[in-house]
Amino acid sequence: MTPDAMTGGFADAPIQSAKGFRAILEVLSRPGTIVAAPGAQPPAPLSPAAGLAALVLFDGTTPVHLAGRHDCSAVRDWLTFQTGAPLVGAGEAMFAIGDWSALSPVTRFAIGTPEYPDRAATLIVETDRLAAEGALLRGPGIARTARLSLPEIAAFRANRALFPLGFDTLFTCGDRLAGLPRSTIVEGA
Amino acid sequence: MSNHYNFAYLDEQTKRMIRRAILKGVAVPGYQVPFASREMPMPYGWGTGGVQVTAACLTPEDRLKVIDQGADDTTNAVSIRKFFQRTAEVAVTEHTAEATVIQTRHRIPERPLTAGQILVYQVPIPEPLRFLEPRETETRRMHALEDYGLMHVKLYEDIARNGAIATSYAYPVKVEGRYVMDPSPIPKFDNPKLSGTPALQLFGAGREQRIYAIPPFTEVISLDFEDYPFEATKAPHACDLCGDGGSYLDEVITDDAGGRMFVCSDTDHCASRQAAGHRGRLSPQEDAA
Ligand SMILES: [Zn+2]
Repeated sequence: MTPDAMTGGFADAPIQSAKGFRAILEVLSRPGTIVAAPGAQPPAPLSPAAGLAALVLFDGTTPVHLAGRHDCSAVRDWLTFQTGAPLVGAGEAMFAIGDWSALSPVTRFAIGTPEYPDRAATLIVETDRLAAEGALLRGPGIARTARLSLPEIAAFRANRALFPLGFDTLFTCGDRLAGLPRSTIVEGA
Repeated sequence: MSNHYNFAYLDEQTKRMIRRAILKGVAVPGYQVPFASREMPMPYGWGTGGVQVTAACLTPEDRLKVIDQGADDTTNAVSIRKFFQRTAEVAVTEHTAEATVIQTRHRIPERPLTAGQILVYQVPIPEPLRFLEPRETETRRMHALEDYGLMHVKLYEDIARNGAIATSYAYPVKVEGRYVMDPSPIPKFDNPKLSGTPALQLFGAGREQRIYAIPPFTEVISLDFEDYPFEATKAPHACDLCGDGGSYLDEVITDDAGGRMFVCSDTDHCASRQAAGHRGRLSPQEDAA
């Protein structure tokens, strides 16, 4: 195990988890909203916001898939030590972390079943740019319309067509966080 | 903080599980997410589902309001408020406008909720189809197929028998055009407030182990028929203490001779109006001084 695995977690887990959860709840309840999500210092290439989401949501019961450059020993060791989450292939994952290109094709991920649509994956997409511009968003959580810089449009339109099935997405950029639940209707820029 | 309790009572593993369920509920508005409900140090009738959802949401910066049938001062509301004051060290309030998290049983506050507020409902029976179909496998299948014919038949039988839809509490709604949902036993007067609010609404059923959600700005429609449209009815009176003609009222028996009065069920709403000088039919006379 890399020595860094033991650092960069929460110093005060109950309080930091509670605040971190509210940040995640906020962005999934209000698609297009971008919030600061500091508090975790995971090893590169995992961003602080993705590290926070992992510390808040992962444990031994949540299989996690690491895609592309995120599937490295530093990240694997950190997540294993900090959360105990088992690392799995894309199809079995409850959560997945990676760049959009590494996560694609996203049709690999669980979308739930008609009786249990909650049994769907949450993708944590690392981006190098996150802004309230670009794709036009409508739907639950949005007063009229919102905008968010998505890595592509087609995959999210296809995902929305599956509703109430589909994956849900968190976008991370440094210590900033945004969300796109499967319920959001995505239109072109 | 106190060393005798976990923050907000529940251990971290349990809160994580509840938080994941809440997020899936938000992603699929109106769908009931199963969760592993925990024993809480209070009876089921006291809203252990709502208490667990509130526990998973609270941060030390929150200001919590708890209402039971609209009132902040019932035993149930006071106990839950004290419970979170002690275990999460949150500030509390009786004023809707000041609260960031409001846990409620059977009412939605009169004052319109705002962005940043979370309304947590205590839910006894989350499945709106349960009275029509006792088998969980069947109700799941009906939700999956969006097969809500039975619900419409039930409401129409109501009309045939009573000349109107008799359901006045827990009146079923359809969320964002997809899931039929039980809004918990709020009076149907409150149903329109479910729709399009800037606040986030979360629902927790402890005994039945279900969590569901209505995100902000989500369309919530009360089921009805073209020839029998939904009506958000209330007693045809004004509040006898604050004079409000538009709030939901409780009927209170005032003496053995059958005397009665109508007062706002939302105690904060009524007290705020009285403090602002509004008077009702039975308000104490102003001092002549
Ligand atoms: Zn009143």
